[in-house]
Amino acid sequence: MIQVKLVFAACLIAATLPASAALNVFACTPEWGSLASELGGDKVTVFNATNALQDPHRIEARPSLIARARSADLVVCTGAELEIGWLPLVLTQSGNSKIQAGQPGYMEASSYVELIEKPQRIDRSMGDVHAAGNPHIHLDPRNVAKVAAALSDRMAALDSAQSAYYRERARFFLQRWAAATAEWEKRAAPLKGVPLVVYHRNLSYLVRWLGMREVGNLEPKPGLPPTASYLVELLAQLQRDPPKAVVRSAYNDPRAAQWLAERAGIPSELVPFTVGGTERAKDLFGLFDDTIERLLGAVK
Amino acid sequence: MHRTLLCAMAFAVAWGTPLAARAQDPELSKLREEVRQLRQAYESRIQALEARLKETEAKAGKAEPSAAQAETAAAGTGTRPAGENAFNPAVSLILQGTLAGNSRDPGTYRISGFVPSGGEVAPPKRGFSLAESELNVSASVDPYFRGQLSAAFTPDNRVEVEEAYFQTLALGRGFTLKGGRFLSGIGYQNEIHQHAWDFQDASLVYKAFLGGRLNDDGLQLKWVAPTDLFVELGAELGRGRQFPGAEGNRNSVANAGSLFGHTGGDIGASMAWRAGLSYLRASPQDRGYGDLDSTGTGVNNTFSGKTRLWAVDGIFKWAPNGNSTQTNLKLQGEYFQRSEDGSLTYDTQAASLGTQSGSYSSRQSGWYLQGVYQFVPQWRVGYRYDRLGAGTTSIGQVSSGALSAADFPILGGYNAKRNTLMVDWSAGEFSRLRLQLARDYSRIGEPDNQILLQYIMSLGQHGAHRF
Repeated sequence: MIQVKLVFAACLIAATLPASAALNVFACTPEWGSLASELGGDKVTVFNATNALQDPHRIEARPSLIARARSADLVVCTGAELEIGWLPLVLTQSGNSKIQAGQPGYMEASSYVELIEKPQRIDRSMGDVHAAGNPHIHLDPRNVAKVAAALSDRMAALDSAQSAYYRERARFFLQRWAAATAEWEKRAAPLKGVPLVVYHRNLSYLVRWLGMREVGNLEPKPGLPPTASYLVELLAQLQRDPPKAVVRSAYNDPRAAQWLAERAGIPSELVPFTVGGTERAKDLFGLFDDTIERLLGAVK
Repeated sequence: MHRTLLCAMAFAVAWGTPLAARAQDPELSKLREEVRQLRQAYESRIQALEARLKETEAKAGKAEPSAAQAETAAAGTGTRPAGENAFNPAVSLILQGTLAGNSRDPGTYRISGFVPSGGEVAPPKRGFSLAESELNVSASVDPYFRGQLSAAFTPDNRVEVEEAYFQTLALGRGFTLKGGRFLSGIGYQNEIHQHAWDFQDASLVYKAFLGGRLNDDGLQLKWVAPTDLFVELGAELGRGRQFPGAEGNRNSVANAGSLFGHTGGDIGASMAWRAGLSYLRASPQDRGYGDLDSTGTGVNNTFSGKTRLWAVDGIFKWAPNGNSTQTNLKLQGEYFQRSEDGSLTYDTQAASLGTQSGSYSSRQSGWYLQGVYQFVPQWRVGYRYDRLGAGTTSIGQVSSGALSAADFPILGGYNAKRNTLMVDWSAGEFSRLRLQLARDYSRIGEPDNQILLQYIMSLGQHGAHRF
């Protein structure tokens, strides 16, 4: 009986062993997965723990995530408590010493950028606030550049045989990224000063970068779903400073946004939020291309 | 290095200009075009390099980052150290309470057909009642260990240590060692703390076979296979201090032990599953329970021998695109089978017909299946069906005629069952209110209608989203 089980286990393991690659990257969210692919090329294998249609706050420590974390050489996450609900559990359950917090194989992108919206007071009466500040940092391309430089260094350190390759790719990426950023800023000029209502405060870095104004949230408090009474209140409050559009992320429920948009007589627009959120947001470049185009279309 | 590169580029750009001025014939204009492109490329490259230079300088003060710098970069540049919480250790507190109504007295709750487990398995007290308040404290000890304490303050003013363990972080190769008191890895529900259950109480199999849950003192070694399919194997050695073991006084490291294996994965983006098989063995000495014998006298009986438990568990979750915010479904089921062989001593205190010993063996089983559906944000409904099979129990004293089956009424053949319905509302991730209705046929001939309202409030550290 035991022998049969052992043979079965061995077969199971043999059948599912991942293809060997220089560096296994476990990305908590698709934007960092996409960045790792840009920087690592064919020297890395990237696994995205979540997709753009999932609320990054509500992920569970699924068996598949523990299995992938087990073989990871590098975990790239946002940090700032975005993954607090599931990542610590995945890390401790994985039995992988390389990716524990504090090890070179563990990287929090938010450590490399200036966080905004740091709460003055940390209390859950204000909803699911993040003590370190707003963790949704990737929609400001200048943050992406900073994280890219750090991530490239980290890859080079972990896989020193390929360090020249990583540096060269980083150089290439940053060059394209700088050019693209300038182009986006030029294209998004009409968005300056435009007032918006957003679903959750996950577009704050985008809003700040493009000089837009956030005049309301569909969530009464961060992490709490919109309620009918709150939306009515919000609608009344918005009369003073009428927004040009209601913007939600691909993973948000469209109903509350549509309800408010209809009554306020403004468009309701979806932005991809991260790579994979829309058809066009295939990579980081597509993400910003599409986001800006959709915003421009909405406030036209 | 950067300086040399910059010089080379500057040279290339400078070299391009006079050449372009002189160019007349097609060969030269082609060259000129190439050089123009080159220059453009270098210009943007220089810009990028400058940006990167600033970046690197700001970060480390030196242009060349070393591996050692990369290792400490998270702490060096960052705004704050990476950690689970700004506080060290992370602290969370769970507050719980119930308002309950039962058609039978919860104080006399027993599951007919099964040896009483001695655990806290009775339904909540009638009326208002505080439930266990749970305090969790956890942190990394150092780069090698992590520690956690879960203490429950019971409504009758006792403190119970539910879990207090260390766990290794640095063994690597998929290995994790846990030591102390911890919730055993057998089955599915056992490792989940009570406040995270989908129903207020445990399923009947857990009540009958494990006294609610198994949290022994001992060691656990777990290994996760390096495969994309989740495969986890674990082994535990324990003191066997609680049911189905019994607190003993022996110099043994293996009064109780278990083996378990779990496997799981995703099916597309919307579905995830886990299945497991577990085996638990214990050798209780003088594991006691109380019963009323044929004369109506309360007697204490004890069991010594071997108990073996097999458990099969499975869980399946569905959420559209894996986004559980709007709607999601969770199906969960477990099957337990137990055999016990040894001797049973009747009336150890000679309170009734006198102390007598004889052989004892039983083969019993049970299962439950439950489904919980979140139909809109914040609202969930759930249904659970419980079934126990008392199976066969043979008592030497009864077959020899020394005593009758009526002297062991609790061991009489009876298949308990229960239907439970619940609906709960959660404001966010930190509070939950629940209404639960059950018709419980745990007691032979005495169906119990139960209704309860429950609150669960989580304070402090964000709870773990366990699968």
